[in-house]
Amino acid sequence: MEPVVHLRAAVALLGRFPALAGIDLDVARGEIVLLRGPNGAGKTTVLRACAGLVPVVRGEAVVLGHDLRRDPRPVRRHVGLLGHATGLFDDLTVADNVRFWGRACGADPGDIAAAMALVGLDGRLRDVSVGRLSAGQRRRTSLACLLARRPELWLLDEPHAGLDHETRDQLDGLIGRAVEQGATVLIASHELDRAESLAHRVVELAGGMTVAPARPAPGVPTAEMPVSRTQEREASSPSPSPPEVSHVA
Amino acid sequence: MTSPTSTTVTGTPYGDGRAPDTPRAAGRVAPGNTGSRASRVLGILALGSIVLLVLYGLVWSPPDAEMADSVRLMYIHVPAASFLYAGCFITTVASAMWLRRRTPGWDALAGASAEISLLFAAITLGTGSLWGRPTWGTYWTWDARLTSTALLTALLVGYLALRRLDVDPTARSTRAAVLGLLLVPNVIIVNRSVEWWRSLHQRSTLVKLDPTIEGQMLVALMVGFLAVGLVFTWLLVHRFRVAWLEYQSERLDLDLALAERRAEAGHAGEARESTPA
Amino acid sequence: MWRDAALVAGRDLRVELRSRVTTNQVAPFSVLVLILFAFALDPDRQLLERLASGLYWTAVLFAALLAISRSAAIDETDGVRDALRLSGIDPAGVFVGKAAAVAVVLLGLEVLLGVGVVVLYGVDLAGAGLVVLAALAATVAVAATGTLYGALVSGLRVRETLLPLLLLPVLAPVLIGATRAFEAALAGVPTDGWPWCGLLAGLAVLYAVAGALAYGTLLEGS
Repeated sequence: MEPVVHLRAAVALLGRFPALAGIDLDVARGEIVLLRGPNGAGKTTVLRACAGLVPVVRGEAVVLGHDLRRDPRPVRRHVGLLGHATGLFDDLTVADNVRFWGRACGADPGDIAAAMALVGLDGRLRDVSVGRLSAGQRRRTSLACLLARRPELWLLDEPHAGLDHETRDQLDGLIGRAVEQGATVLIASHELDRAESLAHRVVELAGGMTVAPARPAPGVPTAEMPVSRTQEREASSPSPSPPEVSHVA
Repeated sequence: MTSPTSTTVTGTPYGDGRAPDTPRAAGRVAPGNTGSRASRVLGILALGSIVLLVLYGLVWSPPDAEMADSVRLMYIHVPAASFLYAGCFITTVASAMWLRRRTPGWDALAGASAEISLLFAAITLGTGSLWGRPTWGTYWTWDARLTSTALLTALLVGYLALRRLDVDPTARSTRAAVLGLLLVPNVIIVNRSVEWWRSLHQRSTLVKLDPTIEGQMLVALMVGFLAVGLVFTWLLVHRFRVAWLEYQSERLDLDLALAERRAEAGHAGEARESTPA
Repeated sequence: MWRDAALVAGRDLRVELRSRVTTNQVAPFSVLVLILFAFALDPDRQLLERLASGLYWTAVLFAALLAISRSAAIDETDGVRDALRLSGIDPAGVFVGKAAAVAVVLLGLEVLLGVGVVVLYGVDLAGAGLVVLAALAATVAVAATGTLYGALVSGLRVRETLLPLLLLPVLAPVLIGATRAFEAALAGVPTDGWPWCGLLAGLAVLYAVAGALAYGTLLEGS
C-alpha cells in the first residue's frame, strides 16, 4: 500500500538555510510516528514541508499521493497542522475562530460544531475571547480548527507542551480516535515518555537529516524503538543549534 | 500573477547547477571590478558626448529669445526627465520579468534602474528649480512637471526603502517586484492627474518645447539627449554589475551549505549520499 | 471568491467591533486632526471654509493610514498566514474582503468627519449627489490601494513607518480628485466635479483588480 508520507533525501530551504539536508521518511496509513531530535534538527520544518508550506528543492517528497516538488498546494487541503503558533484571533471568541477557520476550509457547519464539542469548548468557553484563555485552552481551540477540517494527515508540533494531564489525555484520546477512522499522525516532540508511548514508531532527526533508519511499516503499524547507540552519539557530539526561529517566514 | 509552481523549484537562491542568468549578454564581467571592453567603449562615448554637450550647450548655441541663457539648462533638464521615465519603465519591466522567471538578474536590474532613476530625478528637480529662479523668481513652483517629478521621487524613495529591508531575500524580492510592477502605472496616474489639475490654473508647463525650436538650439538638445542617454546607460550597466557581483558573492553552493549543515550534527560519516533529483 | 470575501470581511469587521479601537482611538484622532488644522490656520472661518475640502480629505487619509495598518495587523498574528495558506481560501477573496472591511470603516469615519467639517468649519452642504458618489469612489480607491500596500508591508518590523511612505504618494491623485470634486460640489458647479469623480472610479477599479491579482503572490512569497 502506498505510504501516506514518502520523503527520500529531501532537502528543504528556509530562505538560504537548508533546514532539511536529507530526510528519509515513510509513514503508512494509520501510523502514529514521532519525530524526535534536538532543537534545530528540522522537526518543525519536516511537518511544514509535509503541509506544503515549505518548498522541497531536492529529493523525493510525496504526501497523500501529491508530489510536493511539482506543486505543494493541492496537498494542503488534506492535512491539518497544529503548530507552535495558534493562528487564532485574540479579539474574537472561540466560536468565532473555529467557525471562521472551519468555513475558510470549506467544512460543514455540523463538523464545526462537532469539533468544538470534541474538545470540550461548546459550553461556557464558547463565547469567551481567545485572548482571555489559558495556553491550554487556546491549544484546544486550535485543535478544534484542525478537527473541523477532518484531515487525513495530522501534523502536530509539540502538541503536549504546556497542557495539563487531563488535556493531554483528552488529546491522546482524540488522536487515537482519528487513527481508528483512518487518519495518519506525525508528531514532533521533545517529550520522551508521553509521546513515545502513544507513537507506533520513533524517528530521530539531527542536523536536518534522519538519523535512525525509517522502516516503512507494511500496513500494520509496528512499535519500534530507536537504536540506543545513536542516542549516545547524539549526546556526545557537539551540536550547536542553528537558530531555526529566525528563518521561519 | 505567477503561481508558486514556477518558484518552488527554480526560484531557489541557488542556481542548482545552472549557469547564472543575466539579461545582458554583452561583456564578460571581470572579477574584482565591473569594467569590460564594452562598458569602457560606452564610457568613452559618454565622456565625448558630454564634451560635445558642453560645447553646444554653452558656447555654440544661442540664448533663447525669451528665456535667455537659462534655456541652456533645458538641454539637461528635458533629457534627464525623459530618462527618468525610461528608468522607471525598466524597473517595472524587470519586476514583471522577475515575477515570471524568478531569476536574480531581473531583480538586480530592477533595483539598479530605480537607483539611477532616483539620481536623475534629483537632476531633473535641480535643473528645473535652477531654471525657475531667473524665469519666475522662485526656486520652486507648483508647476505640473516639477510637482509630478517630486511625487515620482517619493515613489522611488519608497521603492528603494522597501528593497533595503532586512528579511529573507526571496520575500524581499517578491515584495519589491510587486511594488516595482506598480511603479509605471503610478507614474502615469500621477502625471495625468497632476497635469490635469495644474492646467486648471496655469497655462504653460515648465517645458513647453517651442515647436519652432531649430538650428543650433535643436542640435544642442539632441546632443543633450545623446549625452544624458549614454551616461544613464553607463551608470546602469555598472550599477547592475555591482548588484550582480553582490548577489554572486552571497550565493552559496547548495552542496556546500548542505555539507555544512550535515557536519554540524557530527554525522558526516553517517550521511547518506544525497541523490540529486 | 465572493463567499471567501464575505467571510473575511465579516471577520475583519467583527475584530474591529470587538476591539473598539476604531471607535475609541481612530475616530477621535481624526477629529483631532481637524481641530489641529484650525489651530494651524487662522480660525478665521472664511479661510477654513474655503479650504474645507482639502483639509477634510487630508484628515481622511491620515485616518485611513491607521485603519489600513489595523487591517494588516489582523493577519500578522502568529500562525495566521500559514493557516490562510493551508485553508485553501482564495487570496483574491481575502483581498476583496479586507478591502471591503476597510471601506466600511472609512465610510463611517468620513461621515463623522463630514459632520465635523460642517460644524467646525461652517461649511454649507450642497451638491449632495456628487459629494456622495465622489466619496464612495474615493473610499473604494483608498481601501483597495491601502489593502494592497498593507500586504506589501505586512509582517515587517518597519510596517508603521514604511506604509505612509509607500501609500501617500500613490494616493496623491485620489486626494487631488476627491478635493476637486468636493470643491465643485460645494461651489455649486457639479459639472466641473464629475470628471474628477470619474478619475476616482477609475482608480478604484484599477487597484481593486491589481490587488486581487497580486495578493496571492504576496501571501505565498513573503
